[in-house]
Amino acid sequence: MTTAAVEARIGQGPLLRRLLRDSSVTVGGAVILLFVLTAIFAPVLAALEGQDPYTYHLDTLGPDTAPAGFGGGISADHWLGVEPLTGRDMFAIVVFGARTSLLVGVAATIVSVLLGVLIGIVAGYFGGWTDRIISRVTDVVFGFPGLIFMITLGAVVPDSFPKPILLIIVIGFFGWPSIARVIRGQTLTLRERNYVVAARASGAGSGHILFSQLLPNLVATIIVFATISIPGKIGAEAALSFLGVGVPPPTPAWGRSIGEAINWISVDPMFLVVPGGALFLITLAFNLFGDGLRDVLDPRTVGSRA
Amino acid sequence: MTAVGAGVTSDRSRRVLAYLRFLAGRFGGMLLVLLIIALISYLIFYVLPSDPARLSCGRPCTPDRLAEARAFMGYDQSWWRQFLAYLVGIVAGRTFGSGPAAITCSAPCFGYSFRLNEPVTELILQRIPVTFSIAIGAAVLWLILGVSTGVVSALRRGSLIDRTLMTISIAGVSAPAYLAGLLGIFIFGFRLNMVPVSGYVPFTQSPVDWLWHLVLPWIVLALLNAAVYTRLTRGQMLDVLSEDYIRTARAKGLSERRTIGRHALRNVLIPVATVFGLDLGSLLGGVVITEKVFSMQGLGSLLLDAVGNLDLQVLVGVTLFSAFLIIIANFVVDISYGLLDPRIKAVTR
Repeated sequence: MTTAAVEARIGQGPLLRRLLRDSSVTVGGAVILLFVLTAIFAPVLAALEGQDPYTYHLDTLGPDTAPAGFGGGISADHWLGVEPLTGRDMFAIVVFGARTSLLVGVAATIVSVLLGVLIGIVAGYFGGWTDRIISRVTDVVFGFPGLIFMITLGAVVPDSFPKPILLIIVIGFFGWPSIARVIRGQTLTLRERNYVVAARASGAGSGHILFSQLLPNLVATIIVFATISIPGKIGAEAALSFLGVGVPPPTPAWGRSIGEAINWISVDPMFLVVPGGALFLITLAFNLFGDGLRDVLDPRTVGSRA
Repeated sequence: MTAVGAGVTSDRSRRVLAYLRFLAGRFGGMLLVLLIIALISYLIFYVLPSDPARLSCGRPCTPDRLAEARAFMGYDQSWWRQFLAYLVGIVAGRTFGSGPAAITCSAPCFGYSFRLNEPVTELILQRIPVTFSIAIGAAVLWLILGVSTGVVSALRRGSLIDRTLMTISIAGVSAPAYLAGLLGIFIFGFRLNMVPVSGYVPFTQSPVDWLWHLVLPWIVLALLNAAVYTRLTRGQMLDVLSEDYIRTARAKGLSERRTIGRHALRNVLIPVATVFGLDLGSLLGGVVITEKVFSMQGLGSLLLDAVGNLDLQVLVGVTLFSAFLIIIANFVVDISYGLLDPRIKAVTR
């Protein structure tokens, strides 16, 4: 993108209008909104269909315990078919599963953004040994086989500890390094700006400079990176549920349904397609939205990964 | 002439010395990191109120037998003694219990599974070929795929190819490995009957079958990760192409092929190598998932089995082993990186 093009892009009109003009922001945003509403109104939607995600409907299954009928048992009663073996309603499972995915994904993102911003801003502002130690730790955690740690932790933490909270903490913890790096880099350049130098010269404390001077100028970056890292967190939750160490049953989780679909793929592919499609859609929507947001809000940031 | 030669030699020896110092520093740093990670994981996993002795003491579990099992496994000691014994075990091996019933676990001992009656290291080594076969093949494939599509995309910037590749890549970033894997199994395995849908055949047994069973896992894992590298390579390539030395290379009449291949690509590959080093950890995670999708008995299935049976020794052993593996691999990437690019000053950071 040439400088002129960048200016043309960021310079015109109020923020909201610029955002609405970006097609990936609008399309991604619309899909996200749809899923958020689905999650919020999950009981209403399920009631509208007249089903819930827990009741067994063994009468909908064929003799091989796979759903009878077209497309995994799609009917007027079961809009997206039923689960093999139990006959639980897939539509209800998907809409309630949206709650699990979004709740864990967004909450874990908040955890990692809080950690990452704090760590990154401290490393970038103080520099020297603080920065060196923090950067080294960041590198180590970044390259860490986090998933394996999460699996093990999920197994050894006692069942009395609520699993969703554990997932949020663990997924959030392994996510901070990427945002810490970006924030550190931004802080490094911001710290030499005149207003920061002036604040320091007039005797402002570090706390004031960090949180009242630097932080407000990092908000755009933080929002962009928070959005970009949500799909990774949703994916992590789904992966753990897929491997059987996520949210315990019978709470619906897309990842668990996908994991169970392995055994049914040859007879009932719809059992994979429905929760898998939901997961793919929400991830794609967040990726599109995040990319668009970055282009509009923060054209200087080079694409980093969550 | 001789003076100049001597100057060059001393300059070179100074650089070698600096490199060795860098190497030593990084090696020391790596050991420290390994130690800290071992300590943290040990604390987390052993402070938590699960009692491995109770699990393996059998029924009926009398208090005497429980105490006996604890003593045998070393859980009657304070946590730091246990940790020390564990560390010593990794370096020099250890013995559980005493007398004729004693179990020796030779170095490197990552624990002993009292459930399977085998040292964890032994269990890991049995599974390593599967995991490594998947990981290495997929990594090679995705690097080739990612870098080449990224270069093409950058060179044909704005063209139909570029836009198509970028669209595919954002879809690729969004698709989880297991989803793509299962779709692949459904289409190529069940419907078209082209490739086997599960299992692993050792290379030594039949190289052809080995390859045949791995094709789908490789492609699935590679396609998804390649997307990230396509985007990274494209961005880097666009940056590099606007550099002065590329203009110079073109101006002095170098062929486009030589300009890109010799001058541009080298500078694109350095950041790609860094990212690849950092991705090794998630590669291992991806392999765990892939193993489950394709029912392969690798490190991941060992870990998941241990989860199901609460085999704490295996859990801790596999976790630490994979952490060590990744950290050592990163160390290797780090030092080879210093060799690849002479400009990189070892002293930075």
